[in-house]
Amino acid sequence: MTGPGDRSGEDAVVGAHAPSGGFRKGAFGVTGSGDTSGFGGLVRVEPGGAVALHSTDRPYGGYFDEVTDALIEAVGQATYDAAVQRVLVDRGEITYFVGREHLLTLVQALRDDEALRFELCSSVSGVDYLDSGGPAVTPGRPRLHVVYHLTSMTYRRRIRLEVAVTAEDPHVPSVAGIYPTADWHERETFDMFGIVFDGHPALTRILMPDDWDGHPQRKDYPLGGVPVEYHDATIPPPDTRRSYR
Amino acid sequence: MSTTSDPYAGSRETTEGRVYTVTGGDWDVTLGADQHGEERLVVNMGPQHPSTHGVLRLVLDLEGETVTKARVVIGYLHTGIEKNTEYRTWVQGTTFVTRMDYLSPLFNEAGYCLAVEKLLGIEAPQRAQTIRVLVMELNRIASHLVALATFGMEMGALTGMTNGFREREMILDLLEEITGLRMNHAYIRPGGLAQDLPEGSVEHIREFLRIMPGRVADFHRLLTGQPIWQARLKDAGYLDVTGCVALGVTGPILRAAGLPWDLRKVEPYLGYDTYDFEVPTADTCDAWGRYLVRMAEVNESLKLIEQALERLEPGPVMVEDKKIAWPAQLSLGADGMGNSLEHVKHIMGQSMEALIHHFKLVTEGFRVPAGQVYVPIESPRGELGYHVVSDGSTRPWRVHVRDPSFVNLQATAAMSEGGMIADVIAAIASIDPVMGGVDR
Repeated sequence: MTGPGDRSGEDAVVGAHAPSGGFRKGAFGVTGSGDTSGFGGLVRVEPGGAVALHSTDRPYGGYFDEVTDALIEAVGQATYDAAVQRVLVDRGEITYFVGREHLLTLVQALRDDEALRFELCSSVSGVDYLDSGGPAVTPGRPRLHVVYHLTSMTYRRRIRLEVAVTAEDPHVPSVAGIYPTADWHERETFDMFGIVFDGHPALTRILMPDDWDGHPQRKDYPLGGVPVEYHDATIPPPDTRRSYR
Repeated sequence: MSTTSDPYAGSRETTEGRVYTVTGGDWDVTLGADQHGEERLVVNMGPQHPSTHGVLRLVLDLEGETVTKARVVIGYLHTGIEKNTEYRTWVQGTTFVTRMDYLSPLFNEAGYCLAVEKLLGIEAPQRAQTIRVLVMELNRIASHLVALATFGMEMGALTGMTNGFREREMILDLLEEITGLRMNHAYIRPGGLAQDLPEGSVEHIREFLRIMPGRVADFHRLLTGQPIWQARLKDAGYLDVTGCVALGVTGPILRAAGLPWDLRKVEPYLGYDTYDFEVPTADTCDAWGRYLVRMAEVNESLKLIEQALERLEPGPVMVEDKKIAWPAQLSLGADGMGNSLEHVKHIMGQSMEALIHHFKLVTEGFRVPAGQVYVPIESPRGELGYHVVSDGSTRPWRVHVRDPSFVNLQATAAMSEGGMIADVIAAIASIDPVMGGVDR
């Protein structure tokens, strides 16, 4: 089986630019994109994360305030303050950044409270924010995010919860006991990102073979090049190819 | 060897020689009744099996014909599409996601493009939105026809299969005419569409709208009233609303349990709230109800297509912003889709700036402001959600697809445990999972 780490035909010079934790470089050694489209000129990315690091101030607008007030009422102000690190409203969507130790309390209240009623867990997925946005990455920064999309069918509302953990301690409590549908979502997130969902009934790989090494959707997962038998040529792995970023 | 002591093959000597009398014996007496209860058989079904609806593997614990445990094994079609999109430009992403759920490629494209457009803060022009609705509803009918066709095949009604695929062929011909391809169209692009409707296609769609209601009636005549079909489907794969919501099941399965949850109605996108259509439901919670809901949805989609055709106004099908719109004016030639000759003349002979612009946009792509969005749309199988994250660069940072087949397939155990093994096939056929979407 061709597992990760198999980078046959890797060029040593190309390999030196591989994104092994540092900032990725674009074509011909330039950093940034050399963007000429102009569209990116308006964008400022927070160093170290595609995810914005600020918090939105109240009022959030729309139904977000109602949801937040109901959530505070359901779990109590003290628990809410301890659990929710910050709240971000962006593009008409609300994200609660939650500490993992309070996740289950919040999720239980979100599902069961009459004023909240988030009956449907639409999706659980992972995002690896390694190196995103720039080189200013502090080691040990919680780069692995678990993202929960909850839907209230009663009130026709959607919210997002986000839990961030480090790659060294990738443990998050499982919500499969509250939302049975999260079973496969969490298995997939474990499979792809190596995030361990404590309390999951059977956290095994789901898409990759059982004996696979590594977690493919992590950003530092080595990509294999494709050997081609033509004049000693090789196709380098996508992350080491000449490219604009 | 003492054959004479065998309790099930007694023998006696006759003038013809020794004669054995083989009897079945009463196994309950021989083994004891409780041992019979522990007669467990584990059957592996698939991944290559004509009745598992794709490359799906089932591990079934059986006691006689009763299924005591149904485990689903997936991943045989995993191609890493989500990871692949992270190494392609935003526009190229369309060509990847369209290959996930291969029976509803246009929904994948639409969901992805709506997510990218939400990140960009743009909206496709009105004509593009109408054509998106048009092709998606055509695609919905095609997808439901395959669901019904394979349903028929797996239940042993082979004519249902041939009829379903025959009708689907008409839609594939239409989609081929409009997009250039029968599947994996890459027709819907961030900002609009790859190209406008070709000449004559509207007439061909109208022709299809004239033929199709009769074919739906044929389907009803062939299957709906048939006693065997009803006996096979009714009460098979039972799952009520509570079970559906707990397991995250959406789409026709949820609607067949009685909840009229259709994202086109409850969270309208692409102007679906301005169209006149119904959300068919059933209250049987079984495979029969799901069959009826799908049949009814075909009729609703026909209504939607008709309305979309009526409101087609001339206009652009791509955003005006040249920093996002694909530079080439693509056109459909005899050899497939390609750059229009006029555009090639312009960039090669008249304007170096246009050439540079074309080159930059095609090789580098446009940048998308950092942030994340989740855009759900109603695919033929339920909530198709796109969680797209951008770090402000020319490529997606992360594309996660909440594929309805993936989530709905989890209901297999709840639907089939405690039932007969033959009903497992009915249950899975009524879920209608597409393994390309499940495994991605």
